[in-house]
Amino acid sequence: MSEPNILLKVENLKMHFPAESTWFGKPTRFVKAVDGLDFQIEAGKTFGLVGESGCGKTTAGKCVLRIFEPTEGKIYYQGTDISRLTDSQLKPYRRNIQLIFQDPYGSLDPRQSVGSIVREAVLADGKKRLDLDVKARVEELLTLVELDPSMAGRYPHEMSGGQRQRLGIARALACDPKLIVCDEPVSALDVSIQAQIINLFESLQKKLGLTYLFIAHDLAVVRHIADTVAVMYLGHIVEMMDAGELYANPMHPYTKALLSAVPITDYYTEQKRSRIVLEGEVPSPIHAPSGCPFHPRCQFATELCKTQAPSLKDQGGNHLAACHNL
Amino acid sequence: MAEKKHLLEVNHLKTSFYTDSGEVKAVNDVSYYIDEQEIVAVVGESGCGKSVTQMSVMQLIQSPPGKILGGEAILEGRDILKFRATSKEMRAVRGEKISMIFQEPMTSLNPVITVGKQLTEVIRTHKKVSRKEAWQMGVDALANVGIPEPEARMKNYPFEMSGGMRQRVMIAVAVACNSRLIIADEPTTALDVTTQAQVMELLLDVVDKMKTSLIVVTHNLGLVTRYADRIYVMYAGRIIESGTTEDLITKPCHPYTIGLLNAVPKLDANEHEQLTTIEGAPPDLANLPDTCAFLPRCPYAAESCRKLPCPELQQVGEHGHFSACHLKIRREDT
Repeated sequence: MSEPNILLKVENLKMHFPAESTWFGKPTRFVKAVDGLDFQIEAGKTFGLVGESGCGKTTAGKCVLRIFEPTEGKIYYQGTDISRLTDSQLKPYRRNIQLIFQDPYGSLDPRQSVGSIVREAVLADGKKRLDLDVKARVEELLTLVELDPSMAGRYPHEMSGGQRQRLGIARALACDPKLIVCDEPVSALDVSIQAQIINLFESLQKKLGLTYLFIAHDLAVVRHIADTVAVMYLGHIVEMMDAGELYANPMHPYTKALLSAVPITDYYTEQKRSRIVLEGEVPSPIHAPSGCPFHPRCQFATELCKTQAPSLKDQGGNHLAACHNL
Repeated sequence: MAEKKHLLEVNHLKTSFYTDSGEVKAVNDVSYYIDEQEIVAVVGESGCGKSVTQMSVMQLIQSPPGKILGGEAILEGRDILKFRATSKEMRAVRGEKISMIFQEPMTSLNPVITVGKQLTEVIRTHKKVSRKEAWQMGVDALANVGIPEPEARMKNYPFEMSGGMRQRVMIAVAVACNSRLIIADEPTTALDVTTQAQVMELLLDVVDKMKTSLIVVTHNLGLVTRYADRIYVMYAGRIIESGTTEDLITKPCHPYTIGLLNAVPKLDANEHEQLTTIEGAPPDLANLPDTCAFLPRCPYAAESCRKLPCPELQQVGEHGHFSACHLKIRREDT
């Protein structure tokens, strides 16, 4: 675990959006979408960020991509803090950090052909290239994501969901990134196609030494692809551990509830399994509850939970959890 | 079991769409049934015809290009496919007898009308009640599906609600109409796992309390393992395997079902284990081969499969376990 292995390190990341303001425009209330995240990703590994919608996982991803400038906190990419860089200073990093979206259809220009979409990304660095080289590179990228290079003349609407997601991946890979932020890349796909894309992610990681920040709400998928998993709730990480530990030894009541909600295909286990159905919904981050953010939905909540927020503590073996009752 | 009256029995349903690239056989000779208070799942990939089957039964297929070519759908002794799509009888079937819940509740609710108004409209279409009574029934229905402060929620617009809440409203419509059968088309696909669990538990609750039946259309085999009594697996417009949930999940016979089951990421599998996938993509429904439609993707495909015509459903086990495969495959169960 030597320091140079860490590709990305996030310290006390906070992202607050103004929600209400006074008549003069001075904000009085904030949506605390991300409220103090600490994590790091080793080069060549996959870090999974899980949680329900509205828990701030996408916002965290957008901060890492520097689509948002975080309110507070530091983002170290290979040791350099990129959280306060200006747009022009950011340019070299943009190439290294790419993203893949959930909805491949919404993120592809319907009037651009497949080849042209990838070509645009290849040419984005502004370097002079021979047309022949560009064509070869586009073909190489399409082959890399297991698309037939002859599809270059097609348009996104002629492709299936799985093929479109492959195209999105090819585009992200065009400038040889080191870190890819994947925001729910497989949740819109059918199981059979989902499995193909997950396998593709893993084989690309092996081939190109990629590092992933993998954002998803499906624990089974994250458990499968990630090395380390962080469970987020209302802008906080409530539990962080090795992916293997997630299933074997979940500690936080929220993680347990999430796990019990994941449907599995083992009939006999499923019949016996107890389900923890969480009541209600995630509270609004504008009126975040006092103390532990999870206490209004937690069946083990005590008086202490209502007043004091638990901190993320090491429970042994690199397993962090934020709960008073452990 | 044969003596028991089925609530809905669909026989030899055929629906095609006539497009520029030819006749697309979306539903190709599909037969199934559902009993009272039963939960039946229809599983398959996108484009396998699982939704079109349900839409055909409800006569909601846009025509042209779509056309129901044949078959019958017997609901309480009457063939509802005989009714004209716009007839009074068919309108009475929709909503009163069968309610449908769609994947994206935002698109099935009118964004510029309050939830209360939409609810009372449905109630007053099917029941002879006053505006006031209908409003009260709406409030009760919302309370029944576990929406807090139903009175206040009646005055909300759909966009003021979360995804799970909107899906509850859709279920409330079914509850308010006292439907005999609820068809839920991918009811939880756009939702989080926790909300998904809530919505499914709610549907179970409704089936239990209101004595209705439920057809769940989904691509998620995990979901149906937990909730369904029986499962139909569809591929390329046909049912290729059917049986009780226990039989189908523990003893799948069709290579496609086996593939689907293997493709689901397991919570207890080894990390970074390669997922078994079904190679290739579903066939073009406008251009179906005479042989088994799954043949090009089938890992078990034998030489004989290439010569024989498309296999019919054959009994492979007890309790109505059927599979449409020339080969006798059994997945070894651990």
